[in-house]
Amino acid sequence: MSLPLFLEQTLNGVQLGVMLFLMSAGLTLVFGIMNLINLAHGALYMLGAFIAATVAEKSDSFLLGALVAVLATAAIGALLEVALLRRFYHRSHLDQVLVTFGLILVFNQVTQLIWGAVPMRFNLPDSVAGSIELFPGLNYPVFRLVILGVGLVVGLLLYVMIMRTRIGMWVRAGASNRAMASAIGVNVEMVFIGVFAAGAALAGLAGLMAGPILAVQVGMGEPVLILALVVTVIGGIGSINGALVAAIMIGLIDTFGRVLLSPALGSMVIFLAMAVILAWKPKGLFPVHG
Amino acid sequence: MRRLLLAATMAAGISVSANAADAPIKIGFISTFSGPGGVLGQELLDGFNLGLESTGGTLGGRKVEVIQADDQAKPDVGRQLADKMVESDHVQILTGVNFSNVMLAIAKPALDAGVFVISPNAGQSQQAGKMCHPHYFSTSFQNDVPAEAIGMYMTHKGIKRVYLLAPNYPAGKDSLAGFKMGFKGEVVGEVYTGFTQLDYAAEIAQIRAAKPDAVYFFYPGGLGINFVKQYAQAGMKTEVPLFGPSFSFDQTVLPAMGDAALGAYASAFWNEHYDNAASKKFVTDFEAKYHRLPAPYAAQAYDTARMIDAALKSIGGKIEDKAAFQKALETVKFDSVRGKFRFNTNHYPIQDYYLTEAVKDDKGRVVMNMKELIAADLADPYVQDCHMPAATN
Repeated sequence: MSLPLFLEQTLNGVQLGVMLFLMSAGLTLVFGIMNLINLAHGALYMLGAFIAATVAEKSDSFLLGALVAVLATAAIGALLEVALLRRFYHRSHLDQVLVTFGLILVFNQVTQLIWGAVPMRFNLPDSVAGSIELFPGLNYPVFRLVILGVGLVVGLLLYVMIMRTRIGMWVRAGASNRAMASAIGVNVEMVFIGVFAAGAALAGLAGLMAGPILAVQVGMGEPVLILALVVTVIGGIGSINGALVAAIMIGLIDTFGRVLLSPALGSMVIFLAMAVILAWKPKGLFPVHG
Repeated sequence: MRRLLLAATMAAGISVSANAADAPIKIGFISTFSGPGGVLGQELLDGFNLGLESTGGTLGGRKVEVIQADDQAKPDVGRQLADKMVESDHVQILTGVNFSNVMLAIAKPALDAGVFVISPNAGQSQQAGKMCHPHYFSTSFQNDVPAEAIGMYMTHKGIKRVYLLAPNYPAGKDSLAGFKMGFKGEVVGEVYTGFTQLDYAAEIAQIRAAKPDAVYFFYPGGLGINFVKQYAQAGMKTEVPLFGPSFSFDQTVLPAMGDAALGAYASAFWNEHYDNAASKKFVTDFEAKYHRLPAPYAAQAYDTARMIDAALKSIGGKIEDKAAFQKALETVKFDSVRGKFRFNTNHYPIQDYYLTEAVKDDKGRVVMNMKELIAADLADPYVQDCHMPAATN
């Protein structure tokens, strides 16, 4: 492998990792703070892509589509929390998996009813559709650099918000001791609705960022969900910086595994990596609770 | 008393067979209606229903009852549905199946139970060769042939160095094997990717470094959308042209690919701009009814319904006479959307293959435009392994 090719593949790996981070951030937020396994995260990701594609097509504005998609998935998330999922915080993880798996089926079918079975068109605005020359012989798609930037900004904002702000303090307080947090005046109910809505919005954001490079179709959330779960578990459940490190690691391992190893080995190398890391650190790279 | 009972039984038997001629023909339509493959089942069913409509809702003059079910793209689910349809619904024909692995699970038990199996899409090699069966027919293609056709075209055009990609599963390997039968140049890279892989940036970088003259890929459905969009975004489309089989570039994926597909080439035995009366009527009727352009899946299913109708008409609708129905199918004459249609001795079609190119039509939609004939009367290579038993009841 020549040096330019090696650099390009490294960039590809980091970029794939950041995309995985966008998908995992909301999952690990909800999982870590509310102790809820939300398999419907993939369905919210799908809705984000569909809504953004529809609005962008009708209004001819990618930014408007993105805005509507993020707000809409946040609203759907809040509604889900209030109407259904808050009843499951104290139930077993198996119950949570069952109800959110049911939600996947419902969302998939509803999406097919509304948008049909044919995959959607989701075009990029011309300003980010092409590729730019990073160094001689390497044209890199502009939109992938945008994903890279958005992912890093989202990671930074989340970290600052949770670790450095009052809202973040409420969130951490509600997560570690709900009764005590209520007693000192934190409206835990509202905080949890907010966290779940934020998690859903992050799923929607991941979906709309992935939409222009992937197929926007029913069921697009499931393969992504599996990768996001791998990243969440390796990073340490609930840890935002853990998710970022794990996602970039998985992105690099997957990219070089596919290029250098045989196809059978290449497609399972991330799961091998997960097994090795969990044998070494059973709670993930950055465990949140002890 | 016993004699009376016997007479009564015989009378009942006679009345049953008298009713049979008026009874509706029962067709089991098993296909994939949910998940990412759900679009294929919908195309097939829409095409089949339109075919039935064009024959006045009857097949060979008899009423039809279509029982449809969703195999969820899973062979085990397909097998359970087929068993139920054969044993409790007593279907006479099973059709609709789109995935080869589902068909492999369904075909043998259904055929053993005496049911006709007519594949509108699944084109596995087994039933084309050693496992060919008097009551099994395919109205689509054998999986290897579209790939072989585009390989022949690229050889003919003097393309020397080709890079190959396919998902790591049986149909992917069949497709690349078929391609290599038709292509005589050098294969500079042959990559099998994971079946749920989303990102192809790494593979595209390898292609760029290998500097081939062309890329041939087999990525059905969403995989193809991912690959083609990312290939175009990487600026590769203008550097190295893309070639694929027709189902990598049809109306189930072209709307989502959009401009990223323009300039790509495929091999096809039918496309939405095929110039003959039957095809034009089909496309017009399909657009009027479903408000979208049909994919080849719909065309194949449309042909399936009309072929069954033509075969049954020639024997007065008597599907119960299995030997007669088999012979009628083997020699069937009908107005196919492909212009001409005939079965090989293994009951797979012998048909012409054309080169098509992704272009924009006058309404701004991305469509496949017919370019030139690649090969006339192309048959699959498995036919030599098929020793078709004589027709029996």
